[in-house]
Amino acid sequence: MNLETIVQALQLRVKSGRDRLGGEVRGGYVGDLLSDVMANSREGDLWITRQIHQNIVAVASLKDLAGIILVLGAEPAADTLEKAIRENIPLFMADLPAFEMAGRIYQMICPRKA
Amino acid sequence: MLLREVQKILDAEVLVGAEKLDMEVHTAFGADLMSDVLAFADSGCLLLTGLTNPQVIRTADVLDIAAIIIVRGKKPSPETLRAAADKKIPVLSTKYILFESAGRLYEKGIVGSAQKVDGRRVRL
Amino acid sequence: MGAVSACEKWLYENSFPVDGGNFDDAGRVSGRIKTILKEMGIENDVVRMAAVITYESEINIVSYARHGMIRLHVLPEYVEIEVVDEGPGISDIRLAMQQGWSTATDKIREMGFGAGMGLNNIRNFSDIFHISSDVGSGTRLKMIIHIQQEQNR
Repeated sequence: MNLETIVQALQLRVKSGRDRLGGEVRGGYVGDLLSDVMANSREGDLWITRQIHQNIVAVASLKDLAGIILVLGAEPAADTLEKAIRENIPLFMADLPAFEMAGRIYQMICPRKA
Repeated sequence: MLLREVQKILDAEVLVGAEKLDMEVHTAFGADLMSDVLAFADSGCLLLTGLTNPQVIRTADVLDIAAIIIVRGKKPSPETLRAAADKKIPVLSTKYILFESAGRLYEKGIVGSAQKVDGRRVRL
Repeated sequence: MGAVSACEKWLYENSFPVDGGNFDDAGRVSGRIKTILKEMGIENDVVRMAAVITYESEINIVSYARHGMIRLHVLPEYVEIEVVDEGPGISDIRLAMQQGWSTATDKIREMGFGAGMGLNNIRNFSDIFHISSDVGSGTRLKMIIHIQQEQNR
């Protein structure tokens, strides 16, 4: 599924990386500890977090993640946003909590029938 | 949904609180930042987290959280389990990552838990 | 300990010490305060606010200070919580209050704290919040939570 479809469906606010919305989302990862996300996320994952520290951009870049969604209305720190723009990492803001966000994205990308 | 069904959906192991599996749960909160849990999670929700230290139990106790789901197959320390038993908070462990756990529970009707911080006053 | 003070307008007054560096202990005082307020029949959202405030304060003390004291005063109109610590203090309070700003060690972060949200939580969960600090000596917080107010909001 492409990133843009998810962005539209969940009304994510695009803060950076607008020209990469055609990228493919292969999965999702929820986590707030950088070491965990570094170790366990996979390429193409859309990362859902409340962590706003600028190192999130480095993690997304190193792990080739599809993008970062900051949940619960969290604002990226100023240097985080700058870095995301500079490295062209898609960064989004949303008001939903992580669980709800993950649930909805999972429904979209893993349509297993109950 | 009963906690017993949550256990089934997540193929989870019950580490503490096997006697409380008939408890009803409707909402869940997923996070690794305990300050985030403290700020937003509702009483009575499930807490899904990758953390395993005793502060998870203390945080759950402060908010009267119903039960804790440890994700990614992590096993809490004996100290954490002892704290949970003391506070009578069920602890389950699933091999799924948080994203997958949230997806599977959401699919079966568990919704996100969150309260709004409105100005200085927290609204319940 | 825990008796009603000589000053009769206090419904409850007590002080709870917290040791710096003792992570296993964090949560003990907030747990007690939560129980005390619940037993007094204080409304649930006030109990929750007080518990969150004191828990984040305990985390701050064990994370950064040598020693601290949490004082709880309950009056008919409000709950007052004072947190005084002996520690390094905060040189730039405005910066420290900024979401996401933190001097936390990896150990603190691995426990799920130290993401620069604690002081914000304390402020957001109080109706009145005051902070002052002396570098090299310590930090003092004072929070007030009104009881039975703004029920219709």
